[in-house]
This record gives sequence, structure tokens and C-alpha cells, in this order.
Amino acid sequence: MSEQAMEVRYKFNFGGREIQFVEPIEREPAFMNNTLYELNIFGTKVGITETIQNTWIIMGVLILFALFIRVGIKKFQDVPKGFQNFIEFMVESFTNFTKVTMGSHNLKFASFYMSMFLFILFSNLSGLFNLRPPTADIATTFALSLTTFMMIHSFGILTKGLSKYVKDFFKPMFLLFPINVIGELAVPVSLAFRLFGNIIGGSIIMVLVYSIPFWPLKIVGVPALLHTYFDLFAGVIQAFIFVMLSMTFVSNAIEHSES
Amino acid sequence: MNEMNDIAQTIAQVDGLAKILAYSALGAGVAMIAGLGPGIGQGYAAGKCTEAVGRQPEAAGQLTQTMLLGQAVAETTGIYALVIAIILIFANPLVGVFTKAVEVLTR
Repeated sequence: MSEQAMEVRYKFNFGGREIQFVEPIEREPAFMNNTLYELNIFGTKVGITETIQNTWIIMGVLILFALFIRVGIKKFQDVPKGFQNFIEFMVESFTNFTKVTMGSHNLKFASFYMSMFLFILFSNLSGLFNLRPPTADIATTFALSLTTFMMIHSFGILTKGLSKYVKDFFKPMFLLFPINVIGELAVPVSLAFRLFGNIIGGSIIMVLVYSIPFWPLKIVGVPALLHTYFDLFAGVIQAFIFVMLSMTFVSNAIEHSES
Repeated sequence: MNEMNDIAQTIAQVDGLAKILAYSALGAGVAMIAGLGPGIGQGYAAGKCTEAVGRQPEAAGQLTQTMLLGQAVAETTGIYALVIAIILIFANPLVGVFTKAVEVLTR
């Protein structure tokens, strides 16, 4: 390695001789969130990380998919077949799922949660295409879980009214107020960490497997098996669980007002 | 005398850094013992769900969904442990504290 690629980290004066602890600048492992480009916006440096790039790629794919369906709708018939069958199956099964988890009076949430589900699903599966999954970044998952947090509380206030909403924090006893607040704050944290931890754990294990210097591990279908588990199975399950938990929390916030 | 002081200081610094890294790796490993709890809990939930499906096969869809919800909540403690282990290994905050302390002390 050349001298320029090294960065002096610690410098000590060892009996007149200078000792430098060097380490390579590119020390980030493959699964860390690398900064790809640096933009200079009015003197402020803004780093474009891998997460941002991959999020835009996934959003582009989803938008193209949606446009493709929108163009195809003109040719849709009353009796579905082929591609139309697939689309109708997807939308209908998600509507049914919403009906089961949130109740039939909350069907308006189906479209929002289906788009959220598709985004998380495509993000988790993007690891199969040698992209770093955007959900392996705490920022993405926290943004998604904060959406749920805002929805819980705004719908809580809208449907219950402010006074009943505040009263619910003192529910069984007045003294339990701090515990209720902590419980509410723990919801977005646990949602975000669950998705983040599962996806980054999978990608770290995959990077470790690929870095084992033992070639039979890399060709005899072992990576395929592991990808099936960590990317396909865990990815689909985690996307499903994130959306299902969000739906349960939001419908709980709404349903208490109606009972 | 001054030279000896420098040598002693250097050794102390390298030793401290090595200790921090070693104990962090150890701590990450110990943190993952928390994986025991969610493993037992999720296995118990899955076993109960299997029993229920055996008794009532027509309710399999609803049962699976409920099981997944419960398992996801039970998994939280394990995920917290995993996050702590990842932080200790890849984004160790203690190394930064140590280098800052060395800078302040040797100024």
C-alpha cells in the first residue's frame, strides 16, 4: 500500500524516535454506509451516501412499475387474465389484510401501507442485486418508524379529541404517567431497530461469509442458501412485520375512541 | 529521565488502546448472550402455534399472523443486543473518548 493511502491516526514520541500508528483510509468494511460523492452546496459539504443513491434507485423502480401499470390499465378487462390477474391479486390481498388487522372502517389506510410495504420489501430485496439495502441504515428505518409515530399521535388526537388523548396518558393511575410516555416513545425506537438490526445483521453475515478464504464455500450454493434466508425470507418477513405492527398501533390509537 | 518518561507514556497509551479494543470485542460477544431469550421465546410461540394449527387447521392463516406479531415483539431484546454489539465493534465510541483524553493529557 502506498504512503498516500495511509492516514496517521496516533503519533507518539518514542525515545526521540517518532512512532506513527497508520491505518488505511479505506478501512470501512463493505457493509458500512460509504459516502460516494460529495456535493458542495453554498459552501456546505453534503455527502451522498450509498443509502441515498440506492433509495433513489428503488424509488425509480417503483415509479416505473406504477407507470407501467397505469399505462396498462387502459387495456384492462372485466375478466382479468395474465398480468392484470397478478396486479388485482396483489391489491386485493393487501386490502383483505388491512381489513383483518385494522377493521373494515379503516380501509382508507390500505393504499398508504401497501406503498410502504412495497418500498420496504424492495429495499430489503435489493441486497440480492448487489446493492446495499437502504434499510440497513438507521436513518431510513427511523424515518419510516417516525411516520408511524406521527400517525399514531395525530390520528389519536383527531379521533379522540385533545382532552381525552391527554387523559389516556394518566390511564390506570396518575403516577403511571412517566411510564406511559416512555412506552409511547419506545414504539418508534423498537420499530426502527428491529428492521435495522435484522437487515444489517444479515448483510454483515453475508460479507463475513464472502470473506472466508475457502473457495468451496463460495461456489457450491452456500451463498445462495444464505441469501435465500437472510435476504428473501428475513426481508419479506421483516417488511411484513413492520407494516403489520404499524397498522396495529395506528388502529389501536383510533379504535379506543370508538369503543 | 525525560526519555524514560516518553517511553512509559507511549507504552501506557498503546496498552490502554489495546485494552479498550479487547474488552469491547469481549463485550460484544457477551452482549449476544441476550440471543438466548428471544430464541426460547420465539420457539415457545412457534410450538404453541403448531399445536393450535393441529387442533384447528382452518384457522392457520390467522394463527400464523398472530404468531408473527408476537414473535416480532419478543425479538426486540435480541435486536437491541445485536445493535449494541455492532456499535461496540464497528462504531466504538470509547476509542474516541480515549484518544481525546490522551490529547488533553499530553498537551
